[in-house]
Amino acid sequence: MRELLLCPPDHYGIEYEINPWMSRARGAEAALAQKQWKDLRATLSKLDCKIELVTPQPKLPDMVFTANAGLAVGKKFIPSNFRHKERAGEAPHFSRWMEEHGYQISWLPEDYYFEGEGDALFVGDALFCGYKFRSDIKSHRAVADILGCLVISVELVDPRFYHLDTCFCPLPEGGAVWFPAAFDEYGQRAIREHVPELVDVVPEEAAHFSCNAVVLERDIVLPEGAPQLMTTLRECGYRCHELPMTEFLKAGGACKCLTMFLPQRSAVPNAH
Amino acid sequence: MFSETIELRGHIIDSLILPKVLDEILRAGGSFKIHQIKIGQQRVDQSFARIEVSGPTHETLDELVLRLRQHGAEVVEKADVQLASAPADGVFPANFYVTTNQQTFITLDGKEIEVRPAIMDSAIAVDGASQRATAVKFYEVRKGMKIVVGHQGIRVAPIQRSTARTEVFEFTSNVSIEQPKSAVIREMARELKRARETGGKILVVTGPAVVHTGGAEHLERLIEWGYVDLLFAGNALAMRDIENVLFGKPRRMNLDRGSLDDEGHENHIRAINAMREAGSIARAVEIGVLQRGIMCSCVRHGVEFVLAGSIRDDGPLPDVITDAIEAQKAMREKITGVTIALMMGTMLHSLAVENLLPANVKTFCIDINPVSVSKLTERGRFQAVGLVTDVEAFLRELTDCLAKLDAASARDGGKA
Repeated sequence: MRELLLCPPDHYGIEYEINPWMSRARGAEAALAQKQWKDLRATLSKLDCKIELVTPQPKLPDMVFTANAGLAVGKKFIPSNFRHKERAGEAPHFSRWMEEHGYQISWLPEDYYFEGEGDALFVGDALFCGYKFRSDIKSHRAVADILGCLVISVELVDPRFYHLDTCFCPLPEGGAVWFPAAFDEYGQRAIREHVPELVDVVPEEAAHFSCNAVVLERDIVLPEGAPQLMTTLRECGYRCHELPMTEFLKAGGACKCLTMFLPQRSAVPNAH
Repeated sequence: MFSETIELRGHIIDSLILPKVLDEILRAGGSFKIHQIKIGQQRVDQSFARIEVSGPTHETLDELVLRLRQHGAEVVEKADVQLASAPADGVFPANFYVTTNQQTFITLDGKEIEVRPAIMDSAIAVDGASQRATAVKFYEVRKGMKIVVGHQGIRVAPIQRSTARTEVFEFTSNVSIEQPKSAVIREMARELKRARETGGKILVVTGPAVVHTGGAEHLERLIEWGYVDLLFAGNALAMRDIENVLFGKPRRMNLDRGSLDDEGHENHIRAINAMREAGSIARAVEIGVLQRGIMCSCVRHGVEFVLAGSIRDDGPLPDVITDAIEAQKAMREKITGVTIALMMGTMLHSLAVENLLPANVKTFCIDINPVSVSKLTERGRFQAVGLVTDVEAFLRELTDCLAKLDAASARDGGKA
C-alpha cells in the first residue's frame, strides 16, 4: 500500500501570480475545487492508497500542492526551499508534519532553491531533477550528497512547465511519459540516454498537464484532456483514471502536484 | 582575453552539464581551458571540473559567467597581486615580477586588469587609483611606485599557435637554407597584403645591407605601395641610402658596375654634411637636396622613422637619436598597433626591436647569415618565420609577388 500526503483545498485560491497559468482575474471556483480534490482523494483511496492529510493554513493557498512539500526517501525528508516568498511560509508546516510522523529532516542550505518532489522524480536508480524556474542546480548536488544517489539534472526551458512533474512522469520498470519540448537539448539527450522507454506527449495534451499524473503500479490517475496518451498507455497495459482538474490548472497544478509520496522510494537506491 | 575560473561539481557527466557548459562558452565566442577534471568512478560518485573561461571583453565574460552559474558553475575567487614599493628611482623591489612579451593580466581588488604594453623584461607598476597596470623599464621607475612582486594574481595569456594550414607560420619550425623560399615569400606577401587591407601596421627594421645589396629600390617600392608604416634603423642605413642617392657610390662601390671607385671613401661624410646643412632629412627632401631613395620615400609617403645612434656612427645624421634610452622610448611610443615586423639584414637592431614587441606581432626575419635568423626566430615567439637569403633577392621576389597580388585583386575588383 502506498502512502500519500494531501492537503484539503480549504484555503485554496488564486491570490498571486507566480507562473504563466495563474491570473487573479481568473479565480478558482471554491466549491468546484473542493469537488475535484475530493474526487482525486476518493480515486486514490480506491486504488488502495493510504491518504494522510496535512492541515491547510490560511494565507497559504498553494499548500494544497503537497508535491512541493519536499522529497521523502526512506525515513529521510528534504524540505523545500521555495523560490517565491509567497510559498515560503508552507515549509515549516510541512516539515513539522513530517517530523511528527517520524521523518528525519535534512535541511538544505537556505540559499539553495529546491521545490521537492515537484522537481525530483526517480526513474530506476537515478533521481531526475529539474532546474532553472524553481529549483537551482546547486540544490541537486546537495540532494545527491544527502541521499547518496545518482542525480540527473535537466534544464526546463518552457515557463508553462516550470516544475519537472508538469512535463515528466516516471512509469514503473524504468520508463517515463514526457513532453520533450519542455527540456533543453542536453536535458532531452540525458533523459533519452538514461530512460529506456519513453512515451512522448503531444503539445495539445501536454498543455492539459497530462504528465502531471499519479502512477500507482498499473494504475495512472491523470487530468482530463489526453485521449492520445490514454490510448498509448492502455496499449501498454495501464489502467487510466482521468479526472477533471480545471480549478487546479488555473494555478498550474493537477493530480501529481496535489500529492506527495510518503516516501517516493522506501530505500535509497545504490546507497553507499 | 579576460578570464574567470569556474568549478562544476555533481553528476555533470551523466547530466551532460559539462558538455553544455563548454558548448555555451564556445557559442558565446569565449574559450576554455580545463585545469582539472575528476570523474566519478561509481554511478553515484560526483565529478568535478575546474575550468578557466576566457572572453574577449569584461562584459561578454560577465554575461557568460552569469549564464554558466545557472548551470551550477561556481566562480573561483582570484587572489590579488602582491605589491611592494620601489626602494629608489631606477630600482625595483626585491622579488619583482619580470614580464614576458605575452599578454598579461593582474588581479587587483578581485578584478582583472591588462598590463600595458606587453613588453618583455620589465616590471609591472600598479596605480590603484586609476586601476592601471603598466610595464615599466628601469629608467621609468620612481621611488615609492607600487611594483608587483611574486607570481600571485598574475595570468599570462599565451598566443595560440595557428592551426590554419595556409599560414606562412607553418614553416617556422626550422630555419634552413634549404627552405622552399618562393613559397614562403609568396605567403609573406599575402600576409603583408592582408595587413594592409585590414588596417594592420607594418614595421620594417633594416640595416645598410639593404643598400649594399642593391635592394634599396625594392624597399622604396614597398614604401610607395603602402606596405611600410614605420621604419626603425640606425645611422648607417640612412647614411648609405642618402650617399647612394647623392653620389651613386656607397662604400666606394659602384653598384651599377660592381667595382670600386677612387675617392669614394669620403662620399658618406659629404652626404652627412648635406643633411646637417639642411637641418633634417625631411627638410632636405623639402628643399630638393634629396630627391629619391628610401629615406626620401619615407618622408614623401608619411612613413615615420626612428634612427637610433651607435658608438661607431659617422656624423651622425641630424635625425639620429644618440641617447640609447631616448631612442628606445621613441621606438616604444611608435610601436603601438604594429601587427607585422619585417626585419632584414641587421641582427642587433632586430634583437633590440624584438625585445620591445608584444608576442602577438608576427615577425619575418631575413638575413644571409643563418645564425642571425636563428637568433631572431628562436626567442619563444610563436609567430616568427625566418629566411636565410640575400636581402636584395628577397625584396625583389617579395615586390614581384605583391605586384602580382595587387594586379590580381585589381582584376577581380574590375570584374565584380
